[in-house]
Amino acid sequence: MRYLPHTDVEVQQMLDRIGVSNIDELFSGIPEDCRLQKPLNLPTAKSESESMTMLRSLAEQNSRVSDWDAFLGGGAYNHFIPSAVDHLISRSEFYTAYTPYQPEISQGTLQAIFEFQTMICQLTGMDVANASMYDGASACAEAVLLAIRAGKKRQKVLLSQALNPQYRETVATYCRYLAVELVEVPTRDGVTDQAVLKTLLDDQTAAVVVGYPNYFGQIEDLAAIAEFTQAAGARLIAAASEPLALALFRSPGELGADVVVGEGQSFGIPLSYGGPGIGFFAVKKKDMRVLPGRLVGETLDQDGKRGFVLTLATREQHIRREKATSNICSNQGMCTLIVGIFLALHGKQGLRQLAEINYAKAAYARQQIGQLDGFEIAFSGECFNEFVVTCPEPVADLKMRLEQQGILAGIALGRDYQDLERGLLVCVTEQNSREQIDRLVSALAGGTV
Amino acid sequence: MDFPDELKYTEDHEWILMEEEVATIGITDFAQEQLGDVVFVELPEVGDILEAGKSFGVVESVKAVSDVYAPVSGEVVEINEELPDEPEVLNNSPYEDGWMIKLKLSEAIALEGFMDATAYQEFVEKD
Amino acid sequence: MISTEGRGLVLDEKLLFEQSQPGRIGYSLSALDVPATAPQQSLMREEIAGFPELSEVDVIRHYTRLSTWNYGVDSGFYPLGSCTMKYNPKVNEAAAHLPGFAEIHPQTPEALNQGALELMYNLQRDLGEVSGFPAVTLQPAAGAQGEFTGMLMIRAWHEANGQKRRKVIIPDTAHGTNPASAALCGYEVITVASDGVLSKDDIAALMDDDVAALMVTNPNTLGLFEADIRAICDLVHERGGLVYADGANLNALMGISRPGDIGIDVMHFNLHKTFSTPHGGGGPGAGPVGVVEKLEPFLPKPVVIKEGDSYKFDYERPDSIGRVQSFYGHFGILVRAYSYILSMGGEGLKRATELAVLNANYIRARLEGEYDLPYKQRSLHEVVFSEKALANDCHTLDVAKRLIDYGYHPPTIYFPLVVPGALMVEPTETESKQVIDEFCDALLTIAEEAKNNPELLKQAPVRAKVRRLDEATAARKPKLRWEPDQS
Repeated sequence: MRYLPHTDVEVQQMLDRIGVSNIDELFSGIPEDCRLQKPLNLPTAKSESESMTMLRSLAEQNSRVSDWDAFLGGGAYNHFIPSAVDHLISRSEFYTAYTPYQPEISQGTLQAIFEFQTMICQLTGMDVANASMYDGASACAEAVLLAIRAGKKRQKVLLSQALNPQYRETVATYCRYLAVELVEVPTRDGVTDQAVLKTLLDDQTAAVVVGYPNYFGQIEDLAAIAEFTQAAGARLIAAASEPLALALFRSPGELGADVVVGEGQSFGIPLSYGGPGIGFFAVKKKDMRVLPGRLVGETLDQDGKRGFVLTLATREQHIRREKATSNICSNQGMCTLIVGIFLALHGKQGLRQLAEINYAKAAYARQQIGQLDGFEIAFSGECFNEFVVTCPEPVADLKMRLEQQGILAGIALGRDYQDLERGLLVCVTEQNSREQIDRLVSALAGGTV
Repeated sequence: MDFPDELKYTEDHEWILMEEEVATIGITDFAQEQLGDVVFVELPEVGDILEAGKSFGVVESVKAVSDVYAPVSGEVVEINEELPDEPEVLNNSPYEDGWMIKLKLSEAIALEGFMDATAYQEFVEKD
Repeated sequence: MISTEGRGLVLDEKLLFEQSQPGRIGYSLSALDVPATAPQQSLMREEIAGFPELSEVDVIRHYTRLSTWNYGVDSGFYPLGSCTMKYNPKVNEAAAHLPGFAEIHPQTPEALNQGALELMYNLQRDLGEVSGFPAVTLQPAAGAQGEFTGMLMIRAWHEANGQKRRKVIIPDTAHGTNPASAALCGYEVITVASDGVLSKDDIAALMDDDVAALMVTNPNTLGLFEADIRAICDLVHERGGLVYADGANLNALMGISRPGDIGIDVMHFNLHKTFSTPHGGGGPGAGPVGVVEKLEPFLPKPVVIKEGDSYKFDYERPDSIGRVQSFYGHFGILVRAYSYILSMGGEGLKRATELAVLNANYIRARLEGEYDLPYKQRSLHEVVFSEKALANDCHTLDVAKRLIDYGYHPPTIYFPLVVPGALMVEPTETESKQVIDEFCDALLTIAEEAKNNPELLKQAPVRAKVRRLDEATAARKPKLRWEPDQS
């Protein structure tokens, strides 16, 4: 086996040194009644060529977004990934290392994370960002737990129904056995209903969670929500599943959010059937010591040279055990690197332009579809690169009809929103050409390509 | 290692200085040495009512966390405001500049329940 | 003027922000092919203050240089205990990069991604075969999330049976994630001391009607098989509890012993440990969870099922604990693990375990005597020494730092907590006798240096990018991001 270097002679030499006569003896600590008495029922080893053939055949049965006119978003976004990203992350000094427990030989990972933390702060308008969470949904759940921890006995959390349904489900799972009351806040015209939210806020509310942009692609009025949320003594958590929007719209931090979480997949991480992505998590200074997850900080070595270390570790499970701020250990190290590289390449101007392109393309599609007979743009407010269309025919039928023309038209909203039975969530990114958008419009109208 | 005579000591490695009905409380030299470089101190607020045996604060070093327990019940009348900003004071001067809180006792208590300097020194060295 | 400071083999590199030049760009975007338009002004942000402005060349050089300060498995021996730093096969990377895996959107109809679903289905089955569990979920993102998922299922099962048990027993040798995960499920943690391995009597004394589960790691973090595990599982079951196993050390058991056969009810896998997916500088990993039949209804949803010849996600699972993250888990990692299983086959996995255990025992044989071995039972895949035998007040930290000067990544240190100054060595199966001999020679030399010239240890490392860092100041005055006023 090509990964197992031992020759028979060496195995014998090692056994001799240990003082046993065969490998079986090394397992003498395992009682006989705990032993597996038969071989594992798995296929025999494949050569590299054979296994790649099998894997390629599985891969070829799937539908690559690049082979379709794909208008799918809903928490995972098809953005272009510059070649430089894959080139850099293929350096095995990065991907075959582990958590930087030994800072002297992990400065590459540590500096890259420090830069990642900085760029997340800059983008979100916050003071402190951690070294990542698993994904946007679990980051959102951890944000709720932070608010409960910091909220001094307040146990109620208000979740906007326009928050990504998978985020809401994940929050519910995380809070399943904790003393937390989750209350959903209805929407009005595609955004959180502020009047209802005000009536639900009370002195037991620890947090309000809204999407920014929300699941319908809409831009919530965070400033207004922040004002009355904080007046009630609660924290505002803004969750961004499409953080590219933050390069164009005012940052949640500027608008008053206390916690900003989200999904960073948009920044250079392949779609990869939805994972791995990366959760980001940023707070204001006051919550620095109740943050979950790892943090990298700057310091000096004994010669006075700048270096980076994992810090404020006493919040974490390996020290505080059951009293830790989270159980998270490994996070998404490799994905922080990807996001860092992507953001560094695009930089101040590029990220803004990319966001503007997404905005303009979605606006064009929205305008074209809005003109079609029978189709309506569901909501009136501002949105980023996603929007909801109300269709004149059952969405399942429509999707099937368009699939046959090579178009993945969007996400049916009926399963998650009963009142949006005819709702289709359409996403347009820079990867969708005008021709693709025109084909979508024409196909929706009943034409064929 | 220092064990000042005028203080009383607990098994949780806190010291108490009684003056009238006010108890000044901190952690011992032994405690700070065990923890290593102290990097963070969390104290209660003035006015908080503490119950004997309950945790009132936290002392953290780079790789350890220790709760600090109230040896007696009472109301917090003063806290060492300097500590959160200069936690290293706990290492440098645990018995003087590194005091943590002053408690006004809710009832007269018998200090016999605590160790004197000699007893505490024996307790520590036995470990 | 330039100085020789920071030049030579290890080159310095400023932060991205410090290299930024106004107006410089590192991207190329296609021209807008639709009418330009913008949101209303009041909603738009100012430019992102402080964001870098760099060319592609700048960025490539920056990260390339950063990479040279790192040490990975491909750089050399990385015997980090409990982390199973085995070689990460390159074919796994090639597989995950196949466009048919990398470029598929999770919201695509299932019928259009049958290959991805089949892969997940097969991986569920293969992990089940290795572990002896009839049902496996691939959704959890990492080991700790797997623990959380498993403990949620345990609690859900108890509640479905009308039981409100509040406590979980965890040995003192456990990884900190175990108590943290149990606490997230609302459980009170009862710590049980162990003398190397768990004693049945100690568990019996703690096991009452209020205990929901025992969480064990087997082999435990000392590298020892829990010899009484069957009897302990029986005991916990008799009193109505369940047994959770942390699968961090599964690399010691493949083809030898299956947790699902010996009384364990739930176990998570760490695909980035046992199944060779890269550790990525700290993730992403994947933490699938296997369960016995009676816990199957509680798995997170969706679950991949096969109907006739086609595969689909099953969302109709009323007893499910829900989802623990978006979509279906770390698919890109699952592809790598599946590729590994294909390459190894059943016999190859068993051979990997055998050689991992051989390597650990060989290290033990070579170092025992010079390094103190607190637990003498037969080691499996890892061996834990203490700092007791070190001369001249040298500590485990000093040995670790000195190892860096010799060109090795140090073992796990100061864990498990029950061993004073623990030095936890896990070589894995992919290291040759030569590599291990050289590593042992280095450790033996360091033990000699401690006797004759302890300053070599206390001043180490001197040959890395930086010397020992001031962690106290980092924590006292946290500087967690770059600020523009920083020079």
